[in-house]
Amino acid sequence: MAQDVWVLGTHMTAFGRYPDQDAVDLATNAALGALDDGGVAISDMDILACGTLFQANAGMGQQVQKQIGQTGIPVYNVSNACATGATALRTVIMAIRAGEADLGLAIGVEQMGKMGLLAGGARKEKNVYEPSGRYGAVMPIDGILGTDTMPGVFAQAGMEYANDNDGVGFEQFAKVAQKNHAHSTLNPLAQYQKEFSLEEIMGSPMQSYPNTLLMCCPTGDGAAACVLVGEERFATLSREQQSRAVKISASVLTTDPYVESGAMQPDVNTLTRNAAQAAYEQSGVAPGDLSLVELHDCFATAELIHYDNLGLCEPGGAGDFIDRGAPWRDGETPVNVSGGLISKGHPIGATGVANVYEVATHLRGEAGDRQIEGANVGLAHVIGLGSSCGVHILEKSGIS
Amino acid sequence: MGQQSSRWGNLPDVQIPLVDYLVLGDEPHLQANECANCGARFFGRRNACAHCGHREFNPVRVSDTGTLRTFSIVYRAAPTIPTPYVSAIVVTDDGTSVRSNLINIEPDPSKISLGMKVKLDTYVVGTDDDGQEAVAFGYAPV
Ligand SMILES: [Zn+2]
Repeated sequence: MAQDVWVLGTHMTAFGRYPDQDAVDLATNAALGALDDGGVAISDMDILACGTLFQANAGMGQQVQKQIGQTGIPVYNVSNACATGATALRTVIMAIRAGEADLGLAIGVEQMGKMGLLAGGARKEKNVYEPSGRYGAVMPIDGILGTDTMPGVFAQAGMEYANDNDGVGFEQFAKVAQKNHAHSTLNPLAQYQKEFSLEEIMGSPMQSYPNTLLMCCPTGDGAAACVLVGEERFATLSREQQSRAVKISASVLTTDPYVESGAMQPDVNTLTRNAAQAAYEQSGVAPGDLSLVELHDCFATAELIHYDNLGLCEPGGAGDFIDRGAPWRDGETPVNVSGGLISKGHPIGATGVANVYEVATHLRGEAGDRQIEGANVGLAHVIGLGSSCGVHILEKSGIS
Repeated sequence: MGQQSSRWGNLPDVQIPLVDYLVLGDEPHLQANECANCGARFFGRRNACAHCGHREFNPVRVSDTGTLRTFSIVYRAAPTIPTPYVSAIVVTDDGTSVRSNLINIEPDPSKISLGMKVKLDTYVVGTDDDGQEAVAFGYAPV
């Protein structure tokens, strides 16, 4: 039986724009913060995993070592779309479970600046049409044969759910964004901390129906890190370290299994359902036990369908779930009390670690104004198109 | 051909399909690679089946008619793409999912209904310096 793994220390930078810092600065700040928070040093670490998407070939983990300590430990630089941070975390967890490490550091970082629309590549003018690529295309097909833009792809995922289930439409999707913007006003680490009315959200510029601008996550910069420790070393730690540590009850990564429509429209559902089911089985936690959930609301349409995929609502009941206020911070299952990606921001590589930071901070009772009182178990979910899904379930230490 | 059909007629040398799974001619249609083992259908070049791993495929003609599975009205796109446009996933009558745009329809959510019947149509999407026309496909309301 592989040993349990705990989050010993965690830290995240505020998400936003950092024109005067580079990604190494951001990752370093998160790493040092997590080490300090856990009461350990870089010299205690047996492994380091660092996730970044847009600088995936930059050796980011080694660049961080050059700033905080070149101790010669193995570094794994990982990249896995929007599941990059969760993959870094899981890399360290696997190393500890495998018995190759007692303590490890997982970092997620991204510096995106103002990248604008995340879409398929711009079209190049060709003088003479010649078929190329796997589809023998004579020009880029994005915008001619459907959309590759992220707001559009996730809009279609939401509208597919609306096709299959009653009581889901533009207003239900907009209510998701209304909730997350409201939640963000309590989170000083969020990129945007402004409340909007439902009318303002539905009336903001349409990006990809039914996702308006205020229903889309912004681009931004930021980093988050976790120090993880295995059970054996955990037993040797101080009482204070043990009481603030958070147990990782489940750690799962899945990819999208074959479905008929998958090559045409990325299936973000099946892999999330599979990851959630495996995580609930690993942990023995049921959806109704969750004190809070941080899920991947890259777009409002995405959050709504994940209520169902994660089993937070009755099958087909995501529309009613948001209509009755269930995912608000004072509702049945608070979802994205951080403000979510829509308000907190989505520096891609950082997101899957920052979600775990958020849940852990509540379980420790250290979330300040946004604290969910009595939180004892939480779930963090991310999904990257391509696709990969990470789910982590965390539990309060129980040691006082 | 649709109403935007070329003034050149259907001369073989002056038109080229946007993608190689669009077959032009008197009856433009889509052609899929169907797994010889499990029947899963794919567009474009294949190495093996994503469903069962089998390595042999047969070309099959895909039904021209189908229903609208999901859509989005896209307002932000690459500079050369006219907006707004209606992106869609259509499930053909023989059960094949196809991504394309809805054409000959207003980009207005009140005019588009999930499950509506649609039919394949083609149009010229661009002309290169040799006068060769690229022909794209879309789905229009029936
Ligand atoms: Zn097959």
